[in-house]
Amino acid sequence: MSNTNNSVSRADVIFGAYASEKYVVLEKALKRTPEDIIQELIDSGIRGRGGAGFPTGLKWKFAAQQQSDEKYVICNADEGEPGTFKDREILMKVPRKVFSGMAICGYVVGATKGMIYLRGEYKWLLPSLMKEREIFDEYIKSTNIDFSIEFILGSGAYVCGEETALIESMEGKRGEPRNKPPFPVVEGFKNKPTVVNNVETFVNVNMIMRMGYKEYDKLGTQDSRGSKLFSISGDTPKPGVFELELGMKLSEFVNEFGDGDTKAVQVGGASGFCVPRKKFDETIIGFEGIPTGGSMMIFNSTRSMYNVLHNYLEFFCEESCGQCTPCRVGTQQLLKGIEAIKNSERPESYLDQLLKLTDTMKIASKCGLGQSVANSFASIVENFTEEMVY
Amino acid sequence: METKQIKLSIDGVEVSVADGISILDAAKKINVHIPTLCHHEDLCVAGNCRICVVEVEGQRSLSASCATPAHEGMVIKTNTAKVRKARRDVAALLVSEHNTQCTTCYRSMNCELQAIASEYNVDNNIYLSVLKPNIQIDKSSWSIEKDDSKCIRCQRCVRTCAELQHVNALTVAHKGEHMKISTFLDLPMNEVVCTNCGQCINRCPTGALTERRYFDDLWEAIDDPTKHVVMNTAPSVRVALGEMLGYPVGTRVTGKMVAAMKKIGMDSVLDTDFTADLTIIEEGTELLGRLKKALVDKDPTVKLPMMTSCSPGWIKFIEHMYPEHLGHLSTCKSPQQMFGALAKTYYAEKKGIDPKDIVSVAIMPCAAKKYEANRPEMKSSGYQDVDAGLTTRELGFMIKQAGIDFRHLEDAQYDSFMGESTGAAVIFGATGGVMEAALRTAYEIVTGREVPFKNLNITPVRGTEGIKAASIKVENCVEEWKFLEGAELNVAVAHGLKNARIIMDQIAAGESPYHFIEVMACPGGCIGGGGQPIPTNEEIRKKRIAAIYEEDAGMSKRKSHENEEVIAMYKEYLGEPNGHKSHELLHTHYRKRNRY
Repeated sequence: MSNTNNSVSRADVIFGAYASEKYVVLEKALKRTPEDIIQELIDSGIRGRGGAGFPTGLKWKFAAQQQSDEKYVICNADEGEPGTFKDREILMKVPRKVFSGMAICGYVVGATKGMIYLRGEYKWLLPSLMKEREIFDEYIKSTNIDFSIEFILGSGAYVCGEETALIESMEGKRGEPRNKPPFPVVEGFKNKPTVVNNVETFVNVNMIMRMGYKEYDKLGTQDSRGSKLFSISGDTPKPGVFELELGMKLSEFVNEFGDGDTKAVQVGGASGFCVPRKKFDETIIGFEGIPTGGSMMIFNSTRSMYNVLHNYLEFFCEESCGQCTPCRVGTQQLLKGIEAIKNSERPESYLDQLLKLTDTMKIASKCGLGQSVANSFASIVENFTEEMVY
Repeated sequence: METKQIKLSIDGVEVSVADGISILDAAKKINVHIPTLCHHEDLCVAGNCRICVVEVEGQRSLSASCATPAHEGMVIKTNTAKVRKARRDVAALLVSEHNTQCTTCYRSMNCELQAIASEYNVDNNIYLSVLKPNIQIDKSSWSIEKDDSKCIRCQRCVRTCAELQHVNALTVAHKGEHMKISTFLDLPMNEVVCTNCGQCINRCPTGALTERRYFDDLWEAIDDPTKHVVMNTAPSVRVALGEMLGYPVGTRVTGKMVAAMKKIGMDSVLDTDFTADLTIIEEGTELLGRLKKALVDKDPTVKLPMMTSCSPGWIKFIEHMYPEHLGHLSTCKSPQQMFGALAKTYYAEKKGIDPKDIVSVAIMPCAAKKYEANRPEMKSSGYQDVDAGLTTRELGFMIKQAGIDFRHLEDAQYDSFMGESTGAAVIFGATGGVMEAALRTAYEIVTGREVPFKNLNITPVRGTEGIKAASIKVENCVEEWKFLEGAELNVAVAHGLKNARIIMDQIAAGESPYHFIEVMACPGGCIGGGGQPIPTNEEIRKKRIAAIYEEDAGMSKRKSHENEEVIAMYKEYLGEPNGHKSHELLHTHYRKRNRY
C-alpha cells in the first residue's frame, strides 16, 4: 500500500513502518515512567480499536491504580464481528508490534502476564506467533521487566469477543458476559485487575510511543485520532484490509471502494449501522459519526436488504449467549417478526412494534451484543422499509 | 470491621445503606418492591432475567438492580415509563417462549412468571410464540419431573445444584435460541448424577421443575375397598403444610393435618415420628457398638465417625461422590423405610391384615424419598415396603381436592399403634435434630443421667450454620459403659450437600475429629426439604425450625427411649436393638455409584 491522492486519506504506519526492527519502541518506552506513558496516551486521544472506543489511556490508568499482587494484560484477538478480518492481518504481518504494545501495557499497569485470546479459526497463525514469541522472550531477558505471553484459543462463540465473556472463557467456563461493574480493570481474569485491548489498539500504542502523540494526532480528526484498519468486503472491486485516516465522509469512502452502484454500506459489522446512499455525504466514519471496529460491507443494488437483515438476525439468534432475556428472546422475535411481515402474517405496522422492542433490547440487555442488535435492525428497517414489507 | 455507610436516593427518598449492597436490597430497606425472577436470596447473583431493571441517573442503559452495587450519591428511579416498558417487554418475551397452559400447571398461582405477567398485564399476543415445538417432559426420575417448555432459563436450578449442593446435575447447554438447562450429555434425569434432593424444585420460579406426583395413585388406593391404606407423616410436614393452606409460615397444624387425613379416608393415620424414635434406638445402639469395638476390642475395621442415614439425598450423594467411604454410614434405614417395612410385617400381623392388601404411604418434606421408596433393596417385608412417597405439597393439593375446610377441622390424634412419638422424634425435622435426639438417648444409656443441658435442649447443635460441632464429656458412666469414662464425644452436624462435602473431604483426608456426624441433604434439614411449600429462604426456614422446637417443647415425652409403643414393639416383636429381626427389617446396605 502506498499513499495516493484519492479522496480518502490513506495511512501506512501499521504495517509499513519499522516492521522489521527489533523491540526498539519497547526499549524506548521502558526508559520512561509509567505515569509519563499514560499521560501521553491520554494526550493522544487514542480510543480502543475493537469498536466500543473506550479511551485507552484511561483504561490503563485505572488498571495501574489498582492495588493487587497480580494483574493481567489480555489481547483480544477473537475477531468475530462479521466482515472484520484486520486483526488476522496484523498478527500475520506485524505480531512484534502487538507483543511490544502488550509489554508496554504490562510495564505501565504492573502486570507480568500477557495473554492473547486467539479466535479458534486463526489457529494456523500459532506457529508464526510462537516463533515471534521466542524472539520476544529473548529480548525481554535483556530488559529489567518480567513479561510473558501466552496463547489461548477461542472455541468459536461470537460473544467471547465481549471482554468479560472472553475472560470467563479463558477461565474455562461458559463464555457468558459478566455483570458490570465490576469492570475487568478492577476484577478481570481470576478476579484480578485486567486490561483487555484489541489487537490493533496495542499496535496503536506502539505507534504513539514511536512517533509521539503530536505526530500521531496529525492523523484523523479531533474526535477520532489516528489511522484505522478497515476490512472492506462486499460489492467492491477492492476487497481487503486498508489503513485509512479516521474522520472521512462515507461518500469519500464509497467513491474509492464502491463499484459505482453502491446502495448501502454496513459500517461496523452486524452489530453496526447500515447507511443508505442518500446519507453517504452526511455520514462521518469515526467517533463523531459512526464508529467502527473496521468492518465495512458494501452492498449494491442487486442486494435485498431484507436478506441482509435476515442473515444478521439469524446470526444473532445463534450467537446470543442465551443468558439474558432481551437478547435471547428478542433476537428470535425480530427474526420471526420480519418473516411474519414478509409472509403477510403480521401487518406492516408490526415493524413499529419490533422497533420498540429493539429500544428495550438496547437499554435492558446485559452486554453489548444484545444492546447493539438495535443498530443494524433499526437502520435497515427505517431506511429500507419497503424492502421489508414487499 | 465496620462497614462503610453510603447514602443514595431511590424514588426521591434518601436511604442510608452499607456500601456494596445491591440497589435491589437498598430499595427493600425503604419498602420499594422491585420484581425479580433470576434472583434468589440463597444463591449468587445472576443478573440475567433483566426484569429488575431500574434507571440510574446519568446512564443511558437501565441497570439490573440485583446485580448493581449501590454507590454514594446514586439517584435511582424504579418506576418510570422507561422502566415499566422494559419490564413489561421482558415479561412479554419470557411469556413468548413459555408454555402458557397455566390452567393445567402444577405451579399455577404459585408461579413467579405468572404473577409478574399478570401484574404488568402482559398481552400474550404482542409477540409471536417462540416456544420450541415438541418438548418432551422428562419423567424418567422417580423424584423430579423436568419440563423445558416452562423453563425461563433463570438458572436458579443450576446455581442451586452447583452452589448449595455441589452436585452439578443441571447445567446450561448450547447458546442463543438453543440455550437450555440440561444434564450431562442431555441424558434423562434418572441416568445422571442427581441426588433427587429437589432443591432445584424449591427454587424454580415456574413449573419447569416439579416433583413427580403420586396423588392420583393414592386416590385410587383410597377408593379401593380391598386396600388398607396406612399413612405416616414426617416430623417436618406438620410445621410446613399450613403454608399450602393459607397459614403464615411457621404455623403448627399437626392436629388438623391428622384430622384432614382421616377425612380423606386413610384407614390408618400414623406418625413417622414413631420410627424416628425407633431410629434413635437402633442408630444409638449401633454408635455405642462401634465405639466399643473401636475402643475396647481395638477392631481396626470399625469405621468412625459414624454418619446418619436418614436423608436419602445425602445417601445418594455419598454413593456417587465418596463410594469408598460408605462404611461410615449407619446401616439404619431412614424412618420412612423402617416404617414401611414394619407396616407390612408387625402392623399387618397385629391387625390381622394380609400385607399384600396394605398400601403404605409416606407424607414427606422430600423429593428424594420417592426415589428411596423405589430402591430395589427396600423390600424387607417381601413387598415394596413403601408404596408411595408424597410431598408436603402433594398433601396440600389432596386436602384441597377433597374439599376439606381445613381451618375449621377439630384437632385429631394419630391412630395407635405406631402413632406414638416423642419430642426427640419431632426435631428430626430440623438440622441438628437427629443428633440432639441421639444424644438425649445415648448419653442417658451410658451415664444413667439426662444430658447436661437445660430442658434437654442441646443448643450447640441447633441453628442454621452450615456445619455445627460440639463436644460432650462422658463422665460417671454406668458399669457396662465404663470404657467410655472421661471420653470426649465429638459430634458434627452438616446440612446442605456443599457442607456434607466439606465433612467428607475431612474424612477422606483422615482428618475428621468426629465420632458421630449428622448430615441432611437439604439446607435447614427436612424443614427445607425439596418437597416443602415454595418459596424457601433463610427466614422461612428459621420460622419452620422454631415451630419444630416449639412442638418438641410441648411434648410430654422428649426422649426416644421413652416411647411406650417402641418399647412394646421390641418386647413383642423385634427382640433387642440391632438384633436379628432388626437387621432384617430396619437396616440396609449401600452401593457404589459412578461419578458420571
